[in-house]
Amino acid sequence: MAASGPALGTRAAVLFVGRRLASLVLTLLATSFLVFGAVHLTPGDPARAMLGPHATPAAIAAIHAQYHLDDPFLVQYAHWLGGLSRGDFGRSIQFRQDVTSVLAPRIAVTGELVAYAAALTMLGVLLGVAAAVRPGVVDTGIVVSTTVATAMPSFVVAILLVAIFGVKLGWLPVVGVGDGPVSRLAHLTMPAVALAVSLVGLLARVTRAGVLDQLGREHVEVARARGVPWLRVVRRHALRNALGPILTVGGTLVAGILVTTSIVETAFGIHGLGELLVKSVAQKDLPVVQALALLTVVVFVVMNLVIDVVAALVDPRVALGVRVA
Amino acid sequence: MTDISVLEIDRLTVSLGSGRAARPILDEVTVRVDTGEVVGLVGESGSGKSVTCRAALGLLPRGARVNGSVRVAGTEVVGLRGSGLRALRSRQVAMIYQDPRACVNPVRRIGDFLTEGLRTGLGMSAAQAQERIIELLELVGIRDPRAAMRQFPHEFSGGMLQRMVIAAALAPEPALLLADEPTTALDVTTQAEVIAVLTALRASRGTGMLFVTHDLELASAICDRIYVMYAGRVVEHAPVRRLFTRPRHPYTAALLMSTPTLASTNARLVAIEGRPVGLAEAPPGCSFAGRCVHVRDGCRDTVPPLRPVLERVSTGDALEAATQSAACLFEGELGDLLAPRSVVVPDAVSGCVG
Ligand SMILES: Nc1ncnc2c1ncn2[C@@H]1O[C@H](COP(=O)(O)OP(=O)(O)OP(=O)(O)O)[C@@H](O)[C@H]1O
Ligand code: SF4
Ligand SMILES: [Mg+2]
Repeated sequence: MAASGPALGTRAAVLFVGRRLASLVLTLLATSFLVFGAVHLTPGDPARAMLGPHATPAAIAAIHAQYHLDDPFLVQYAHWLGGLSRGDFGRSIQFRQDVTSVLAPRIAVTGELVAYAAALTMLGVLLGVAAAVRPGVVDTGIVVSTTVATAMPSFVVAILLVAIFGVKLGWLPVVGVGDGPVSRLAHLTMPAVALAVSLVGLLARVTRAGVLDQLGREHVEVARARGVPWLRVVRRHALRNALGPILTVGGTLVAGILVTTSIVETAFGIHGLGELLVKSVAQKDLPVVQALALLTVVVFVVMNLVIDVVAALVDPRVALGVRVA
Repeated sequence: MTDISVLEIDRLTVSLGSGRAARPILDEVTVRVDTGEVVGLVGESGSGKSVTCRAALGLLPRGARVNGSVRVAGTEVVGLRGSGLRALRSRQVAMIYQDPRACVNPVRRIGDFLTEGLRTGLGMSAAQAQERIIELLELVGIRDPRAAMRQFPHEFSGGMLQRMVIAAALAPEPALLLADEPTTALDVTTQAEVIAVLTALRASRGTGMLFVTHDLELASAICDRIYVMYAGRVVEHAPVRRLFTRPRHPYTAALLMSTPTLASTNARLVAIEGRPVGLAEAPPGCSFAGRCVHVRDGCRDTVPPLRPVLERVSTGDALEAATQSAACLFEGELGDLLAPRSVVVPDAVSGCVG
């Protein structure tokens, strides 16, 4: 009898998270360089984008000087990195404000939208389980509809929703975020659904496959052969054991919602981070674009870290960072 | 032995699919296990041992067509569903499987596995279930059962895990225990230990057991009676001593000749020629005809019925002879041709488990 300790040693967990945070810093450094480089390689002059085609050469030169636009690439990068290390993301060219104060008011609304969409996405787990345990009409119905849902880009869903619930039926507001919690919920409903539809489909398919796989395992048959009630077998054995892949895919999908918000926020006139990204790219507002890109990377890396820790929690055979057997 | 049967399988016929695609798996299999008895089910791969065994749990393959009857402690299992079936499974009959690692949920604590049957089936509280399980774990030789229950399956060896599966199976005090090759996946020393634990615990509770195995030597050591299966049919049935000293079916005789520790010391080991077949691939008539060294005209015409063996030689164990039956058309003529000249039969139980 091997007498090893609990599946998730506290020491191991702390070490693991520490190591991953260190690698997060390295990842950010590499990403920041790539982002900075990519943004700089795109053609166009931010000063001209800001001041318009009739700007005087003097005005343009002034902007160039203020934002160090004429310095060599590496010098600009070093300057920006130095600012980052002090928590200073630079100044937005289009808003003539610090990037942090441009982002701050928008983080909340985008956060709410993402959380709403993430909650809706979890419906996919229910659909997947239903499909797995009810072969026949229910399964076929869910498989067909989730296939369609998966193939629907969020902007198509947005257009459909607006046409039906916004314009034709007039049930839900089409633009803005509203005041007060109820109005906020109503305003965010269509955008959240638009974000979630294809993810619900994906998560349902992953759940269905995982639960079906587990239902075919011997331990599930053994549980039934011991007279364990069917619902409990599904919950405590099949779904429980399929949680690993479901959480991994679910987590990655939820992190990805942040990216899709740029389309949906623009479509629904929501002044969040996604809409800001679209505007800033159009305006060549480099400091803002860079900050948003970094933020996205951080969200993905942190989500991966969370997924790894949770995966080790739900499956004792998974050592943190290493998969046994 | 009392005359109360805990398992009565009566002319069980099972096939999968229907019409032209029908695939027969079992043909009129009849097996009985009495209270406190250990009954062996032996035969080569694909002969239908597992299907027979699982039938007692009402666990036949999805879409199987079933004829005949399976009664466990008096309850008809064929056609039983829902809460009736769950009650049977959680109280009357339990099974031990070949691979303990595959049959225990790998992501839950072993204690959850052990107590789950008692809690969902017998409605015990967590504390009651835990208490009963801890007692049993001590009996099967787990040191520090309390700590063991908090561990995960992958932290135990196969032998330890199999002991716990045995404890879980015996926990609800079932009338019938099914063991489908419970030691095949274990190494030899562990095998002996697990068999010792299993037989001792079963005997102390008077639980009837159907023991499925490839291993004739093991069967001879622990069983009271043995059914020999070939291609989905029972071809011979006899008390263990009788079977090993006077087999009355050419297949049984061939199995004995191919088993090193059972074949007579001065006779050559003879492997059975050809491959074992399932019922679906079996030839018409006697399904063993393709491999039988005694095959003759008529063997392929009719399926030999399982008939009581008529005793011709007076050997003193006439009582046992009356309970022997074989399914060979020429059993009467072949007679002692089949008997190995000298066979070493280990003493019951103690012979193997020491
Ligand atoms: N779920 C199933 N679906 C289709 N065929 C099956 C199924 N289970 C068993 N069979 C068939 O039934 C026959 C008997 O199988 P069974 O598993 O009972 O054999 P066995 O005697 O236990 O063999 P082994 O020693 O290999 O375990 C085989 O031909 C097998 O192919
Ligand atoms: S019936 Fe014929 S083929 Fe079958 S076992 Fe007897 S002698 Fe052999
Ligand atoms: Mg088998």
